[in-house]
Amino acid sequence: MQHETSHVNDAHHYDDHAAGVHVVPLQVLAGIFVALLALTYVTVAVTSIDLGSFNLWIALGVATVKGALVVLYFMHLRYDSPFNSIVFITAFVFLFLFLGIVIMDSVAYQPAVYELTPTP
Amino acid sequence: MATTTQTWEPTQSPAAAPDNYLTHTRGITSWIFTLDHKRVGIMFLVSVTICLGLGAFFALTIRTELTHPGPTILTDTTAQLVSKLTLSNTQLTPQQMYNRAFTLHGAVMIFLFVIPAIPSALGNFVLPLQLGAKDVAFPRLNLFSYHLFVIGTVFFLLTLMLGGVDTGWTFYAPYSVETSTAVATAVVGAFILGFGSIFTGLNFLVTVHTLRRRGLTWFQMPLMVWSLYATAIIQLLATPVLAITLVLLLVERLFGVGIFDPALGGDPVLFQHFFWFYSHPAVYIMILPAMGIVSEVISVHSHKHIFGYRMIAYSSIAIALLGFLVWGHHMFVSGQSALAGMVFSALTFSVAIPSAIKVFNWVATMYKGSIAFTTPMIYAMIFIFLFGLGGLTGLFLGALATDIHVHDTSFVVAHFHYQMAGGVLIAFICGVHHWWPKMTGKMYNETAGRIVALVILVGFNLTYFPQFIIGSHGMPRRYFDYEGMLDQIPHLTLYQIISTVGGYMFVGGLIAIPIYLLHSLKKGRPAPDNPWGAATMEWQTSSPPPWDNFTKLPAVTDPYDFDHLKYDETTQGYVTTP
Amino acid sequence: MSETSEQNDAVGHDEHPPWLAHHFDTPDQQAASAKLGMWTFLLTEILFFSGLFCAYAVFRRNHPEIFFDGHHFLNTALGATNTAVLLLSSFTMAWGVRCAQLGQRRGLIVTLTATLLCALVFLGIKYTEYKVKWEHHMVPGQGRIEALFGVQPEGEGTVPGEPAPRGFHPDIEYVVEHLREADQEAGVRVIAESVYQAELEQRAQYLGTFFGIYFCLTGLHAIHVICGIIAITWILRRAVRNEFSPQYFAPVDCVGLYWHLVDLIWIYLFPLLYLIH
Repeated sequence: MQHETSHVNDAHHYDDHAAGVHVVPLQVLAGIFVALLALTYVTVAVTSIDLGSFNLWIALGVATVKGALVVLYFMHLRYDSPFNSIVFITAFVFLFLFLGIVIMDSVAYQPAVYELTPTP
Repeated sequence: MATTTQTWEPTQSPAAAPDNYLTHTRGITSWIFTLDHKRVGIMFLVSVTICLGLGAFFALTIRTELTHPGPTILTDTTAQLVSKLTLSNTQLTPQQMYNRAFTLHGAVMIFLFVIPAIPSALGNFVLPLQLGAKDVAFPRLNLFSYHLFVIGTVFFLLTLMLGGVDTGWTFYAPYSVETSTAVATAVVGAFILGFGSIFTGLNFLVTVHTLRRRGLTWFQMPLMVWSLYATAIIQLLATPVLAITLVLLLVERLFGVGIFDPALGGDPVLFQHFFWFYSHPAVYIMILPAMGIVSEVISVHSHKHIFGYRMIAYSSIAIALLGFLVWGHHMFVSGQSALAGMVFSALTFSVAIPSAIKVFNWVATMYKGSIAFTTPMIYAMIFIFLFGLGGLTGLFLGALATDIHVHDTSFVVAHFHYQMAGGVLIAFICGVHHWWPKMTGKMYNETAGRIVALVILVGFNLTYFPQFIIGSHGMPRRYFDYEGMLDQIPHLTLYQIISTVGGYMFVGGLIAIPIYLLHSLKKGRPAPDNPWGAATMEWQTSSPPPWDNFTKLPAVTDPYDFDHLKYDETTQGYVTTP
Repeated sequence: MSETSEQNDAVGHDEHPPWLAHHFDTPDQQAASAKLGMWTFLLTEILFFSGLFCAYAVFRRNHPEIFFDGHHFLNTALGATNTAVLLLSSFTMAWGVRCAQLGQRRGLIVTLTATLLCALVFLGIKYTEYKVKWEHHMVPGQGRIEALFGVQPEGEGTVPGEPAPRGFHPDIEYVVEHLREADQEAGVRVIAESVYQAELEQRAQYLGTFFGIYFCLTGLHAIHVICGIIAITWILRRAVRNEFSPQYFAPVDCVGLYWHLVDLIWIYLFPLLYLIH
């Protein structure tokens, strides 16, 4: 996919557009949409193949690729102010911090939960 | 050094603009639906002060009750009376009333006072002014934050009318899922208040990024702005997790989805993880803006450039980020794994570093400064003292082994009251005194201010220091009756009485403050534009500021360079010398 | 960020277009603020959902078998269709933003309408999915919800005269039958039927954990879709009134960002809930 963006305000007066506005060509948007549909098909199809624990990671990987396409092109983050990218990435850093520590701890205390659970 | 004066001749009104933000439009709706950040700030100031009064009422109830072991004022008679006043049909016991009193004290103080107090009230007023902006980035959202605050408060009042909650302010599952008290309304209230807090943070973050006066660089921003920026980061990253936690608690309570309630296959430790992922960073939402105020006040009233500007700015951000890595220290004894306990204990100590950097920098700023013992300065020094004590005792609690000994004792209560009341409340009062001339255009009575500050200092320490002592001897927190502890802790009743007397002294001092401040509105000397000799931008406009903040663009200077300011006898304030 | 403006040096309000708020100097500053504000809001949205993803991860990590059982009750075909519908809506929304940038009013109205239709189709499909669960009493706390509408509590776990119980009380025969079919398909060999039956009933009870998380996640997502519909309707109305121009389209941009985030969350929900192997 060629990511060309047209700068609409090139030929116009300075104030015609807010600065940094990039109009994504329709072909790019359509291409992304087709790619997203294809990836949806892939992720459904791959589920029927037994890959053990890899199935989960493949599903998450495909979802992340799809998400990245949406964020970069549909949400214009690729052309946007870098600080907006920082904001967005920060959300995921803290998401992983939260999930990571809680999962680590819950796995570590599970044996204690079973010890305390009365057996019927 | 000519400080501000106590006696004054009614001179001509200083160059106050005849049309200021207080008089620009009139009528009650011009306040309720205002888009002016200054008016929103004032409305927050009034509201949180009222909520502080409500919280203090519950505090005194608890303190008075603890004067003697066994029922003191919460007896069967009062319980009967209160049961009639509320809409709940059940007959309360004195013990149940006590549980409700400390829960409501905590919930009201945390959600309705300490969290919004400094950012929403003082921050709203000061932040755009200090940036040389006309308003915050999203004035409507800002007003909406205030309306959310009011709606959240209404839910808390509804909780009161329904007979209160008895879970403790932390709403720990599974008890909060099972108890028959009004958890639902309190949770909805906290959820709404959380969104108000998120929107305030969002507004501040965007304002700092896009609305700084042209030419104002990041390292020319006042430290108050830095600390509000760091606060905004936490509000944005942590509060949504509280929101989802409360939503899940509510659906757990109503429908039993089985996430937190062990009876339905849920995991109650998970609730604590969720809750403290927000609520530990939340203590930095409370204390960071307090540190910002103190940084301003110490430098201005010492008439000396702040020591280590960059280190204070960086340490604010460091506290904001490190604050996210330590939440597990609230869960040392509640089923968290030993590994997580050790990791969190070690990380907890790291927060002490940026906090200590600030304290050392404040002290270094005062060193060889020309200190004016004005009311704000006295409060700032009280802050350093109390915050230092609270911070150091925090290290005892952060250490895994000692915490197992003192957890859930009044040692913990004393520790966080040194931080929350001795830190945040004192800094809030400090900030109100510092910016009062700017907010209202009037000078308050300095003598009254200083005396009250000393009363509060003594009252505060009388209240909480004994709690360190009895706590380290094993006096548990949240206990209605301590008959059984009397032979284990020497002089327990005496300590409790001292603490109660101190509590009344403390609250008495707090009540005096609005009295002399409101008196100044009628009888106070008109405030000069710059009564303290500060160099930040809010002091370059008139007192009170005009509706859109500045009649001429404020000059961008080093915010702590006071060399160009000179005391002017005619206005009894400071003016810029060319 | 925008330390941009070269105009409007004074505090005065000269040449402020009506859509430019008084406290901004330039359109750039206003647009950049709106964008940053929206991205920051999306950050809070992600962290808002993080609690549910965390609950999902913890329970799936510790009890994978419940999630494997649970996903048999979800219709992958409908889930995939809904994914496609939402992706299409995202595409039309991105197209709409492009139209707004270029000042194509008609195009903006058409694409926004298409987005709205997709959102309604999504909710329709979601409704049919929920309906099946509801009919088999697979919504946790369903009795409580029914009681709100005056339905007498009945079935599993109810005590006459008492309020409906909390928790998961499914139509046990249906669930057991469904689990049995799934096992047969997977080629599970049954040795002792009575032991197996008891085990199936136990597994049916455990499904409460899965459906609790399922309804919280998809329900919260559906609430966001509804908010999105309201927001899109609002900008559609403004587009019809011709309030946007190539100089001023920040509301379209921001609502677009919100809508894409709703899509983004579904992109993760679909494999996590429907495609469990």
